[in-house]
Amino acid sequence: MSVIECNDVSIRYITGDLKAIGLKEFVVRKLTGNYHVEEFWADRHISFKLEKGDMLGIIGSNGAGKSTILKAISQILLPVEGSIKVNGTIAALLELTSGFDEDMTVKENAYLRGAMLGYTRDFMDERYEEIIQFAELEKFEDYQFKQLSSGMRSRLAFSIACLVDPDVLILDEVLSVGDGAFREKSGNKMREILKKGITAILVSHSISQVRELCDKILWLDHGKQIAFGSDVERLCNAYEEFLQTQKVPQSEAEIDKLAADFKIRKEKEIKEQTSELRKMMGTVPEDEAYRAAIGFLKEKYPETLRDIDKLRD
Amino acid sequence: MKISTKIKKKIRTAKSYKFLFEELVQRDFNQKYKRTILGMAWSILSPLLHLLVMKVVFTQFFGRGKNSLYYTTYLFSGNIIMSFYKEATKNGMSSLFKERRILQKINVPKYLFLLSKNVSAFVNFLLTLVVFFVFCFFDKIHFGPHMILIIYPISTLLVMNIGIGMILSALYVFFRDIQYLYDVFLTLLGYLSAIFYHVEDFNNIMVQRAFLLNPVYVVIKYIRTVVIDCQIPSLECHVLCAFYALFYLSIGLWIYKRYNHEFVYYL
Repeated sequence: MSVIECNDVSIRYITGDLKAIGLKEFVVRKLTGNYHVEEFWADRHISFKLEKGDMLGIIGSNGAGKSTILKAISQILLPVEGSIKVNGTIAALLELTSGFDEDMTVKENAYLRGAMLGYTRDFMDERYEEIIQFAELEKFEDYQFKQLSSGMRSRLAFSIACLVDPDVLILDEVLSVGDGAFREKSGNKMREILKKGITAILVSHSISQVRELCDKILWLDHGKQIAFGSDVERLCNAYEEFLQTQKVPQSEAEIDKLAADFKIRKEKEIKEQTSELRKMMGTVPEDEAYRAAIGFLKEKYPETLRDIDKLRD
Repeated sequence: MKISTKIKKKIRTAKSYKFLFEELVQRDFNQKYKRTILGMAWSILSPLLHLLVMKVVFTQFFGRGKNSLYYTTYLFSGNIIMSFYKEATKNGMSSLFKERRILQKINVPKYLFLLSKNVSAFVNFLLTLVVFFVFCFFDKIHFGPHMILIIYPISTLLVMNIGIGMILSALYVFFRDIQYLYDVFLTLLGYLSAIFYHVEDFNNIMVQRAFLLNPVYVVIKYIRTVVIDCQIPSLECHVLCAFYALFYLSIGLWIYKRYNHEFVYYL
């Protein structure tokens, strides 16, 4: 039994006159026949299936309909056509710093947010210390929320959200929280959650992150489903090439071509960069260059140096 | 096995809703009482000042209340009921829209936000009710076990406030200018609720009957009949109270059910 099943899902937004005008204006426009609404399909005919333990990455440029499909999966929006079946509980790990109350203390706000995320009081009592420690806000517990910096706010929001223990976890651009140190910490925390074997959906503009974490890819463009599959490398390659050329592939063959082009381009780039590097190393004194190279390897690829040591032994 | 895990999940969800509700009520209390300097005292002072103004204006300038015995109690009962209705529905109106950032991202039951606003308005009303009884005492109102009857109209009003709050909060999501229109409507309703005059002053019986179309007036009338006249209100009065409460509640529930997923588009 699959955990998530999206069957031919289409979601429509209504834009135009309705949102901005009031009741008086609405009545006047209706009477004079000046009332216009426009339909806007944020997602059109999206179909995919996820099994337990799958990690789906949704890729696509801005306005592709990524967030909308997530809203439909978390049952905030209903699809106009098609159906979404979810077996199990869903939790969204959101970077949501709004919705806190400025005049309440950090502790009160933490409880309120926990309640909104569907935790129970016992659960919050049990985990509150952990949240505050993770957010590094031990000294600020009784501060009013308006006294916190924006970095502290997002740290608190992330720390509360990441306590989740759901069947399906949704990650919408959450991995860029706080400063460098906290970002690394939150990234590690997330990987830890994902290791538990839950099903997860990741939306990220960082394609290297998607490559690292995901084993299935859904590619959307302007609400249309370009591709869905488990050949992560091919799809990510094609997508990166698409970001360069801005040509939307219309068929599997075109995706293959994009992926192939990407490889060619990368190889070329690597060749160019290598020769550039060689040139640069030639211009500095030899032992200096040698030391710099070793230092770089030590930092980035320590395992290669170990191999060399082994060979020497 | 499967059924038991399902039940467990249901219980957990119910617990988390209860937790959210408690937290929301607490937040609304903080917003209301902790932040203002006078805090809770203002809740008592404000209706008193209102009463003072009305009493002076209507007895001194308009010469009312000379021939009615308990005019202070008469005014006060109308006043606190009207204030309760106003506060509950006005706060309820903005309850959904204020939480738009949360509602766009998290799937939480929307009615909880409205309910917590109603709880806070209700508690505020209970405070003014205590002051009301103090005034009744000074006005030499006869206290007896019959007073217990006012629980009935108050609970129907509470239910009706929730229903109307649901309707308004939904409308407010779609039409932002409803708040100004509703203010105008409230002024009108205030004048039509016989707060400072007697419906019996109208000679036309049809006009007197027409007042029963106003649910707030029916509740006020009920309470005055019990408190001032020491009588059990008519069956009609009972039925009307219950009818208005259930009528508005069912419309509100229907709207919330029907538009539950559509609110998000407009928030």
